[in-house]
Formats: sequence, structure tokens, C-alpha cells
Amino acid sequence: MGAASSSPYGPQLEGGPPGLAAKLLSFCEELRGEGVAVGTSEILDAFAALEQVPWGEREDFREALAATIAKSQEDRRVFELLFDRFFFRSAEAEALERGEARERQGERFEGGERLDIDELREQVRQAIVEGNDGEMRDLARLAIAAFGQRGEGSGVVGVDVQRIRRSLELATGSQAGATEGELPPIDREQLHRFERHLRRELERDLIERTGTLPPSRPLAELDRALPTSPTQDLAAVHRAVSQMKRRLATLGHEQRGRRKGRIVDVRRTMRASLETGGVPLRLRDKPKRPRRPEIYVLCDVSTSVTSASVFFLSVLHALHDSFRKLRSFVFIERISEVTEIFEHERDFREISRRVSGEGGVADVSGYTDYGRVWLEFLGEISEDLGPRSTVIVLGDARTNGREPHAEVFAQVAERAGRLFWLNPEPRLYWNYGDSVMAAYERHCDGAFECWTTKHLEDFVNVVAAQPTGT
Amino acid sequence: MSEAPTPGSVAEVRDALAAVDYLADEPAALVSFLAQRLGKPILVEGPAGVGKTELAKALHRATGRELIRLQCYEGLDEAKALYEWNYRKQLLRIQAGGEEGWGEVHDDIFDAEFLLERPLMRAIASPEPVVLLIDEIDKTDQEFEAMLLELLSDFQITIPELGEVAATTMPVVVLTSNNSRELTEALKRRCLYLWLDYPDVEREMEIVRLHAPELSETLARRLVEVVHMVRGLDLKKPPSIAESIDWARTLLLMGAEDIDRETFEQSMSILVKHRTDIDLVSERVGMKLGEPAGAAGAEKTES
Repeated sequence: MGAASSSPYGPQLEGGPPGLAAKLLSFCEELRGEGVAVGTSEILDAFAALEQVPWGEREDFREALAATIAKSQEDRRVFELLFDRFFFRSAEAEALERGEARERQGERFEGGERLDIDELREQVRQAIVEGNDGEMRDLARLAIAAFGQRGEGSGVVGVDVQRIRRSLELATGSQAGATEGELPPIDREQLHRFERHLRRELERDLIERTGTLPPSRPLAELDRALPTSPTQDLAAVHRAVSQMKRRLATLGHEQRGRRKGRIVDVRRTMRASLETGGVPLRLRDKPKRPRRPEIYVLCDVSTSVTSASVFFLSVLHALHDSFRKLRSFVFIERISEVTEIFEHERDFREISRRVSGEGGVADVSGYTDYGRVWLEFLGEISEDLGPRSTVIVLGDARTNGREPHAEVFAQVAERAGRLFWLNPEPRLYWNYGDSVMAAYERHCDGAFECWTTKHLEDFVNVVAAQPTGT
Repeated sequence: MSEAPTPGSVAEVRDALAAVDYLADEPAALVSFLAQRLGKPILVEGPAGVGKTELAKALHRATGRELIRLQCYEGLDEAKALYEWNYRKQLLRIQAGGEEGWGEVHDDIFDAEFLLERPLMRAIASPEPVVLLIDEIDKTDQEFEAMLLELLSDFQITIPELGEVAATTMPVVVLTSNNSRELTEALKRRCLYLWLDYPDVEREMEIVRLHAPELSETLARRLVEVVHMVRGLDLKKPPSIAESIDWARTLLLMGAEDIDRETFEQSMSILVKHRTDIDLVSERVGMKLGEPAGAAGAEKTES
């Protein structure tokens, strides 16, 4: 590839300014659109880095960009997705350049169709076994061309991939016995790689044909949406919670730089002064004891929050991993302490089974009774609640038309040092229908919508930012 | 500023690292190369035991630069990381000085002589090119990170009484993080980012065989496959590369020829180091391994 002036991409771009620099800038712009924080300094770094590597090499080019632009794993993931999509156009241009070569090869294959399919089949098999990516990509293109001539293309990428695969008689070990005995089975991993190439090439063809690119927006919603499936999210939840733990634990230390409200410890100062011949050169402060958080978590596990309760349970699970002084309760109609289960069980699936099985939440009607829950909660642990305790409620505040007993909730809030509410519903839905969020929210130190780990992190940030004063 | 020789190409860096027994993958080699060429710090993140710290050590061995290491922990402050005035010595100087004027004494006691250099200061002031390893930066407080910013972008430290101390040679800075908390944007902005993950089977096999050369290839493959299987479980602490190497050496000592259930259960404690993990692993992985050739292994299921 030449310098930016003789850019292979430039002329083919619709609307885009020519040149690599502009190209990169608009790539960064798209990254920003997806929520990756790309600053000017990152862009400058990227340029500096690209000067150092032979960026004609696809891998080096990509890695150099990633190292300077994507600064976390999440960013990296978005980067990969976008990189593929964005440089699609350039890859397409590349394909056009090679188009001639392909046509020439195509001619070769036009002669005797049947025979060539066989030959191709053999070549593909060879490439797959060898695991040569470049070869596979070229062959995928050939296969698509040959396949297209036979007029079997359906126009749907996923379907075509499977059809081509079948016509090439490629099968993994398990299926091979059924189709053809003589050919050795192919490693599943390798076959998937070939299929990926097929898919990419087909998509590229589709773009060429229709002249439009796949929509660039949905990435944010589709690929990045955090599912609430437990195992996938567990690690992220744990990370957010352990962050919360750190923040809570070092809460007292934050003003260290300013040394606000320091109290001189006379005894220690005098002792220290012995070192310097009785001259108190260094003042010693009374140490600030970090607050030991006592945390009470109340978690709604009723049917109205089914989708969220898995997420909530994983939050609870992570909390238990991090905090020693933590008591957790689940509730539907009545309240039930589940601290023990969490303390003795590590496996998440087992926990969710036991919580639902022996949680003993008196699931008669399956409807939440918040009023009763507060009464019971207050009755059970009112003595233990103190200014040091933090109460966290996970629930949707849907009372099913029963008495909300907000005044009891107010008492809980009054006794506890801090009280937070995490609601699995978007703020928009609060107070609609039987949700009485407003009645409770007044007494909370904070109410947050929370159904993804991102929200959880936001919550952690807010909690940590709050002053220590109780 | 940079007298230290800089590598010419990515391949050169990879070979140099390989020569000191560190098998870098493509991104790691590229980032190390860029770091030396651009003079930017590297921020390495990844799970525990994938060779983050080792990368810095390998760079030190490969480039012949001195290695200066700052181990971070909660509550680390500038006095321990940057510099501190040597109060006692200053006091002595004042007492010994007799009836000098204040001006002279003042100029004198805030001199480099009375400065206690800590790792960061040492790295900056060193006349020889160095590799500065700031290990587990995520263990420190955010304030400490903020303090690092000046160092990382300009390679200089400002001491109020002395002025700025700038690096004479461009240090290679490696920061490692276990990702136990999100680092600030400002810090990340100044670094090249490298995510190290557990290596794939082939690479790990190479690594294991590099460190335990007597191990036969088939056994090495089997071993690495088992380790990968173990990592696939939801463990408190998945086995690191160092632990697979330890395990390989253990197997050599035991004279094992194949990994069957019995050898696995005997040597499992090398890989897995939590009570609950051990139960899980012996249940899931132990099952999949074959029974020892001769005797039928007695089912041990007491807990």
C-alpha cells in the first residue's frame, strides 16, 4: 500500500474525505459515538504509533491503534466490532483491486463446473486443515463465486453460508460419518473459522450489490446490551461490588491530602519528638478509623421482578464475597434472612436454588407486601440498626395495591445511617400503576435505577462520593 | 534525551524477549516496541498470573536496562514512592552549623544530599536507562495516581525546594493492574494499553516446555489441556501460568508418564489453592480423567 496521497481508499469512499488521517479521525468519531472515550491525546498517540509500525500489515495496524485508543477491555471489544465494520469499506476497496485476479480465476472455473467444485472442495479442505487464514479467505471468495454461478444463492447470508458449506461437503467430526466415510473429519474450530470467512465475504458481496452499508447504530443496543443472565454477568457484578468495597473501606482516607479535621495526638507527638531531641518537629494525628460498614440488604424476589432478581441475587452474592458484616434478606410477602445460605454456599446456581427453595419467604400469593416487610424488618433488627449501618433495598416498590406503610419505612430510614434503593425499572415507570416509589424515595438517601452492571457502577460512584458524615 | 538504543522493528523486540525466555504474543511485542519508540508508559492489565510483571522483568533482561520496582499497596504515599527529606541529617546539619545565618543553612539543608530517593525518584534521576515497574497500581488510592501523572507524561518530578528533576534518559515504564478497580481516565490517557490474557494451548505449551524442557511433548499438551479445563470452571482463583510450570516440574519429579486421575488428585494442590475450588475441580475434572491403568481408584467423597 502506498502513502496517504495515493490512497487506495480515498476515491471509493462515498462522501468521506480522502486520506488516512481523515479516515482515522472519522473512525475515532464513531468510537466516541459508541461511548469510548477517545481524546485528542489518544488520536495523536495513534498517529505517532502508526508512524512506527509498517501499517500495511493488517495485524500491526490494528494492534497499534488498539493499544493507543482502546484503554480497557470493554473499549477493546467495541473497538474490534467497529474496526471490522469501519474498515469494511477499505477492505472492500481492496477486494475491488483484486477483482481482476478473481475474474481471471473465475474464468478458469467457468469451464467445467462440476469438476471445479470438486477441485475447490479439495483446496478448501486443504486450507482448513492447514489453518491458513489468507488462503481460506481467498477460497471462500472462490466458493461464493462458484456457488453464485449455479444460481443457488438465497440472498440471506446465514442461509448461504450453510448451503455453501454443505455443497462443499464440509462436516465436523460428528457429522462426517453420516455423509461420507472416506474423508477425514475436520476440526470444529477450523471449520468455524472458514465459516466466518464465508460470512464476511458474503456480507461484503451484499454491500457491493446493494451499495449500502449495514446500519451502524444498532451496535450500541445489540452487541453491547448487558444481558441479565447470571453467569455471564457475575464477573462484572463482582468487579463493581469489590470496587464498592474499596470505596467504602477507604472512605475515611479521602481527605488525607487536605487533612481536614485533624486532631493532634499529644501522646504520640511527644513520643515522636524524642527522636528529634524533644523538639516536636512532626505532629502526630489521632488516626482516623475507617468506618466499618454494616450492611443490610433487602432483596425482592417476587414474580414482578423475576427478570431482575437473578441480577439482584448475583449482586447479593458478590456483596457477600466482599463484606464481612452483611446480613441479607429476601422477601415477597414476608421477609426471610438468607445470610447463612450465602455464607456457606459459593456456587451461584446452588444459591439461587436454595434461596428459592428454602428461603421460606411465605410465597402464598406471590405478591409483594412491602408494608408488611418493613414491619417485620423493623421488628427483627431494630436494635441493631445504628448510624453506622447502611440499608440497601433491591425492589420495584410495586405493592400490588396493599398498604405501603411508608411511615414504617421512614423509621427504618431514620435509624439507619444510610438507606439506598435500587429499582430494576427505568425511572420512567416509577409511580405508574401500583408502584409507590415516590412514597419511599422521600426517605431514601438515594434511589437509583439499576438493571445493568453499568448502573451498579454508577451507584457505587455516588455512594463513594457521599461525605462520611452520618 | 534517549541514548538507549531503540529497537528497529516489532520482530526484533519479539526475538529479544524470546531470547530471555519470555514468549510474547503479537500485541505484547508490538506494545513493547511502541513503548520504546514513543517513550510512553505501558499499562498492562489482565488476570493474575499471566505474566504482567514478568513482561517488565523480561524487558529489563532483554534491554539490559536496570529494573526499578515500585510495589503498590493501599496507603502508599509520596514519601515512600517519590522522595523524602532526611530530617535527622538535616537536624544534625543545623546543629553542627553553629552560628551560620539562616539563609546559608536553608540553602544547604534542602540540597540533594539530604534527599532520600525512593523508587520513582531513583528511576528519574538515574544516569543509566532503566525499566520502571509500577506493580499493581490498582491497589493504590486515586490520589496516588494523580501524583503519577506528571511523572508519566513528562518524566519529571517537581520538588518545591529544588525545582524540577527531569529524566536524563527515557525510562521504559510498565504499570500493571489486576483490574480490581477502574483506573482514572487521566492515567490511562497517558499510557499504551495492553491486555494480557491466558495464552492459548499452543503458546502455553511452548512456555511450559521452555521452563521444563525435560517434559515430553505429549505430556505437556495433556497438562496444558487439563489446566485449560480447570480455568474453564468458575473458580475463586484460576491457575496461573506460573502454576502450570510448577505443576509440570512436579510431574517430572513424580516421574509421571500420563496424567490420570490419581496423579491429578495427588498433585492438584499445586494448581488449585482454595478449599472450595479443590472440591469443585476434583469433582469436575477428576471425573474426566481416566482411571489409573491398574487398580480401580477408590472413590473418595468424604468432605
